[in-house]
Amino acid sequence: MTKQHANWSPYDNNGGTCVAIAGSDYCVIAADTRMSTGYSILTRDYSKIHKLADKAVLSSSGFQADVKALQKVLKSRHLVYQHQHNKQMSCPAMAQLLSNTLYFKRFFPYYAFNVLGGLDEQGKGCVFTYDAVGSYEKVGYSAQGSGSTLIMPFLDNQLKSPSPLLLPAQDAITPLSEPEAVDLVKTVFASATERDIYTGDKLEIMILKADGIRTEVMELRKD
Amino acid sequence: LQTRAPRKKKKAKMFRNQYDTDVTTWSPTGRLFQVEYAMEAVKQGSAAIGLRSRSHVVLACVNKAQSELSSHQKKIFKVDDHIGVAIAGLTADGRVLSRYMRSEAINHSFTYESPLPVGRLVVHLADKAQVCTQRSWKRPYGVGLLVGGLDESGAHLYYNCPSGNYFEYQAFAIGSRSQAAKTYLERRFESFGDSSREDLIKDAILAVRETLQGETLKSSLCTVSVLGVGEPFHFLDQETIQKVIDTFEKVAEDEEGEAGEGDAEAAAAPAEQGGGGAGDQDVAPMEM
Repeated sequence: MTKQHANWSPYDNNGGTCVAIAGSDYCVIAADTRMSTGYSILTRDYSKIHKLADKAVLSSSGFQADVKALQKVLKSRHLVYQHQHNKQMSCPAMAQLLSNTLYFKRFFPYYAFNVLGGLDEQGKGCVFTYDAVGSYEKVGYSAQGSGSTLIMPFLDNQLKSPSPLLLPAQDAITPLSEPEAVDLVKTVFASATERDIYTGDKLEIMILKADGIRTEVMELRKD
Repeated sequence: LQTRAPRKKKKAKMFRNQYDTDVTTWSPTGRLFQVEYAMEAVKQGSAAIGLRSRSHVVLACVNKAQSELSSHQKKIFKVDDHIGVAIAGLTADGRVLSRYMRSEAINHSFTYESPLPVGRLVVHLADKAQVCTQRSWKRPYGVGLLVGGLDESGAHLYYNCPSGNYFEYQAFAIGSRSQAAKTYLERRFESFGDSSREDLIKDAILAVRETLQGETLKSSLCTVSVLGVGEPFHFLDQETIQKVIDTFEKVAEDEEGEAGEGDAEAAAAPAEQGGGGAGDQDVAPMEM
């Protein structure tokens, strides 16, 4: 008697790529705006970047319904935090919350591949990268999603920082300036768009600094 | 036997004590004394005042500190961007209820992606309070809540009693010496609907001043919060409050003479200190 298999899946992959780079006083979070299913495009204009707090921005690729649900949960939890502490959550605090929220559904995970970017309590840029069940790490840069395998090796080549496990503890911040980081992001997305069918249409870039958030949009190939 | 705070109205006999041990015991005249005692607790707390116009709601309260050494208790809470609550009575109970209200607002937002209508919130609160009037192992909440909020149907101000009743008001005051504030509000409430935001705030602070009975009004003595169309709930800072106080400080002498000693109840702004009088035949306050 062979095991019965489901004739439907609770998950779908809507594709897309997310990237974040941390600087000394800024953080760049970028994602393409294409949402697909199978070989079809659902829309060319869907934002995968979501502001969770003044200093914490989440970008997620994967199953967008799960991503939306995850964002809603985090938003509610953040409100509770604000009521209790009378202030917004810091990026490292949000990072831990996101990890806990993901692990909470360890046995029916959010199909979401997250990159959390923002400024830490000292005002330095920070990027946290996750797997679907909440394992996370503070890094200087990260890429997640369908184009991540194309982008990550190139970022390693350009930005490679020493392992966070080495002592003395090294900062994961890139020495790049903000315009250089934004330019790098545009370059990697243009390249990923060439070979990854799920990445393209438009690139949305959010630059977080102490004085606020700036957004830039760049066109990408639409094929 | 429990000690009760002295009340202004006369009590004929100590007769009612037989039926006041349990919240689930009726008196022969159809009253639940435990609930009434809970409403007394509200009157002991320091004053809280609420007023609304068509577009804004202002909540203000007196900052009473236990001693000179301590800080004052927080009596106004943000429930959501569009709802605030001011409490009088057992502030611990008020804190717990505020937490409940916040959670209701967040859950509604999460499910319906829209702000919780104020009228729904107060019904939830009232039902929660009612439960405590019908369980032998519970006690009523000893706190009165002035819930101010804005939703699709406009600006609202509600008062929630420990009894589980709630009423909508144009303006109201609860807590100790609130009658003075109510008298002031009764004179002015008809104009509140069309009041500007600034006038509403001024009236709120003036009402607070009434409850101080001669003590000089300083911005450190009161807390004021505002919410309205295009303006999420927030507290006014001391500077802003002081500026408003400065505009009318000179007129102080005029107002003082009329400070409330009157027991007169106006039809449109029903007082929660009703049902007074001689014997057990009278209407219980919570029946209003």
